[in-house]
Amino acid sequence: MIGASSIRKEGRAKVLGTAIYTDDKFMPGALHGLTVRSEVPRGILRAIHFGEGIPWDEFTLVTAADIPGTNLVASVVDDQPFLIGLGQEITHSQQAVLLLAHADRHLAEKARRAVRLEIEELPAVLDIQSSLDLQTVIYGDNNLLKEIHIAKGDPDPVWAQAAHVVEGEYRTGAQEQMYIEPNAMLSVVEPRDGALQVTVWGSLQCPYYVHGALRQLFGLSEKQVRVVAMEMGGAFGGKEDYPSVNGGHAALLAWKSGRPVRLIYDREEDLACTTKRHPSRTRLRTAFDAEGTLLALEADFILDGGAYATLSPVVLSRGAVHAASVYRCPHVRIHARAVATNTPPPGAFRGFGAPQSLFAMERHLDICARKLGLDAVELRRKNFLHMGDTMATGQVIREDLDLGGIMDRALAAIGYRDKRAAFALTNQEDGPIKRGVGFSVFMHGCGFTGNGESHVASVAGVEGLADGTVAVLAASTEMGQGKNTVFAQIVAETLQVPVEQVETAEVDTDHVPNSGPTVASRSTMMVGRILEDAASGFKQALVQQGFLVEPYTPESFRAAVAKAVATLGTLRCYGQYHRPPNISWNDVTYQGDAYPTYSWACYAAEVAVDLDTFEVKVADFVAVQEVGRVVNPTLAAGQIEGGVAQGIGWGLWEEVTMQRGRMVNNQMTNYIIPTAMDLPRMQVIFLENAHVGGPGGAKGIGELPMDGPAPAVVNALENALGALRLDEVPMTPDRLLDRCEEVSHG
Amino acid sequence: MADRIDLTLKVNGADHRVSVPPFARLLDVLREDLRLTGTKEGCGEGECGACTVLLNGRVVNSCLVPAVQAQGALVVTVEGLAEGENLSSLQAAFLTHNGAQCGFCTPGMLLSATDLINRCPHPSDDQIRDGLSGNLCRCTGYAKILDSVHAAAAEGRAAR
Repeated sequence: MIGASSIRKEGRAKVLGTAIYTDDKFMPGALHGLTVRSEVPRGILRAIHFGEGIPWDEFTLVTAADIPGTNLVASVVDDQPFLIGLGQEITHSQQAVLLLAHADRHLAEKARRAVRLEIEELPAVLDIQSSLDLQTVIYGDNNLLKEIHIAKGDPDPVWAQAAHVVEGEYRTGAQEQMYIEPNAMLSVVEPRDGALQVTVWGSLQCPYYVHGALRQLFGLSEKQVRVVAMEMGGAFGGKEDYPSVNGGHAALLAWKSGRPVRLIYDREEDLACTTKRHPSRTRLRTAFDAEGTLLALEADFILDGGAYATLSPVVLSRGAVHAASVYRCPHVRIHARAVATNTPPPGAFRGFGAPQSLFAMERHLDICARKLGLDAVELRRKNFLHMGDTMATGQVIREDLDLGGIMDRALAAIGYRDKRAAFALTNQEDGPIKRGVGFSVFMHGCGFTGNGESHVASVAGVEGLADGTVAVLAASTEMGQGKNTVFAQIVAETLQVPVEQVETAEVDTDHVPNSGPTVASRSTMMVGRILEDAASGFKQALVQQGFLVEPYTPESFRAAVAKAVATLGTLRCYGQYHRPPNISWNDVTYQGDAYPTYSWACYAAEVAVDLDTFEVKVADFVAVQEVGRVVNPTLAAGQIEGGVAQGIGWGLWEEVTMQRGRMVNNQMTNYIIPTAMDLPRMQVIFLENAHVGGPGGAKGIGELPMDGPAPAVVNALENALGALRLDEVPMTPDRLLDRCEEVSHG
Repeated sequence: MADRIDLTLKVNGADHRVSVPPFARLLDVLREDLRLTGTKEGCGEGECGACTVLLNGRVVNSCLVPAVQAQGALVVTVEGLAEGENLSSLQAAFLTHNGAQCGFCTPGMLLSATDLINRCPHPSDDQIRDGLSGNLCRCTGYAKILDSVHAAAAEGRAAR
């Protein structure tokens, strides 16, 4: 059970090709929905013209004027309209203006192209600097979507006294989640008992987010909306917030037409209009004493939040809390801002702000080590957090934390010292291939930041079934990460039955409680813990009611459940999140326990750079992490390997090219993700240090592997090539060539 | 131009006759006319490989194959890999070794791997990487997929 590599629950259906993803669901008589978008980054919508040669009377058309409830997507801040109406301001190039549906999808596509929008263009703000300059104000009165200050001590008096002060600026680009299944929604809206009943089936991470968005869009009660999560072809955050938008669009078309509607994005549309990782700019200033002890840290952390707030406030929050990383520092000032631009809003992507600020810090420390004439390993070791130390938010480390041990393990596994010595010699030779090895040390906060878990107050449960098996009741979705399997293992462990006796109920808001969104590395640790409680209560109830006598065998447990169900009918037991007594957080001051715990890691990379082509090959990679008790080693390793692949992609290849606020490389042909040829075999090492708050001692794992690869790889590039201005990812061949030329041109 | 064209093709051993729009793709015929939805569409431009099938024994991206070219052809999709309840050795290995995470690339990956093992029964890491380089996976970093293919190859029989 816990600790075993149980086979993926839905794996058999996946290898047989019988798993039903959204677009696979058979829905006779369905119309095909399409979206007409603005194409200009900013302006006033003046008119919609319907071109000739299209039988428009056969089409279902939805504009903002049709919306029955509130034309705002329910989110952290309700500022994003589902559709822009006549006379309203268009704020990014992919803004939805008109929805259309027809039974013939080829004709629907022809119709989309026949629509012409009349837009009075306005000056647009397209990047972080122009947003900060405030020459054009596009959001509120200062273009700020969110601003956060975190303060500890007072850095100001330190700068003048410190032996060394090092400043740097670091940038990271947007990144596409590139789930292989594009966004997809189906909807049926029909009358039931004299009222509307809205149902959406989709590829979505957070059924109750979509549920809330549909309620607001139509002005309906809880019972009138139903959201079902279909098998999901990857998400990585890309199906966290966006499904509230396209789910709403599908439902609007279904409502207006009275027919089932399929709204399946093709890849080009998905890439152009859906969320990405936030581009960032981080300025760091650090003071050290003569021995390299960190005395003060100042971080100015900025995210490009796009045209609406969406999830930017919470992405910014995680990025800000992670900005001081794993280092002890008495004086810290973090100023974090998410700024508005006229670009499609970025959103959630594995890591959620932390990869951006951690990239800056881990690059910066290598540069500090060079400038201080210290070893990058020893500089970090000198400043690591230990038990009893206080983080920037005032959070005290209460666990037995050994970052030095984690780092040493990773460096030994990749052969760091030997390789450094060897490459120092071989890189002197004339050949075009230069090699380097580098690393990063980092953490990832498990679960929501701050009071998030208290606000959601998640509920999850278990249900006895007539055949004596037990079903997990949770709104947490399976996106490939292994939730079905891990939840079953946790429940099976608590009930002391084989994992085969536990299954997962379909994730349908009519049937499962709100266990919160499937995000933030929270499912195993937070929802798993609630399930442990629920399963424990379930077993106790069986014993108290006389159905089960301890000790029992799996067969007698099965018989007891079957008998209880036959006798009592429905047999469900729920658990709910309770904030642990020793955790507190202040949303205003940003002081307190930002997370209940953290996962900790050191990643090391070896690179080979070809100075003829400026291509970079990652030749070796080691990922050492402390993630509490590992529930399923094979699935956990799969999470790490996949996250590392995405992190390497972000560091080296994956570039979103924008022109006039629109992604222009919105195809798989020219947005490059790693293929099987591009990645090394990696060593994944788990150091287990059970966390008291998680089920069976588990912590969060999903996002952690996204944080470390980019700085490790770029640090390795510096080792290979020397002191270039390696301050940005992705470090594409073009960018690397530029950086090399900067040096050769002085 | 005719509104529809008539085609006959043999898919996973069964004969089918379909009437499809002239510009339909093989992918559309499989998914919409035959309702074999195991074959996925990830990009529609031959980059991701999620729609990979075997056409007359050759690996193709079915999103790039005009249906008319499948006239009289033998097609194998993911639904044709198992024999009844018995998974092919590759399917079993992908299940055991976590070669499938979200599962969306898996059908195409399995077809490419089947073709690879048929051509090269004991492939090296590099041969597997080469053989699967047309199939993108965003979940696994490919490590568990390599493990799965090695495990199936080690069983010493072709995946069929």
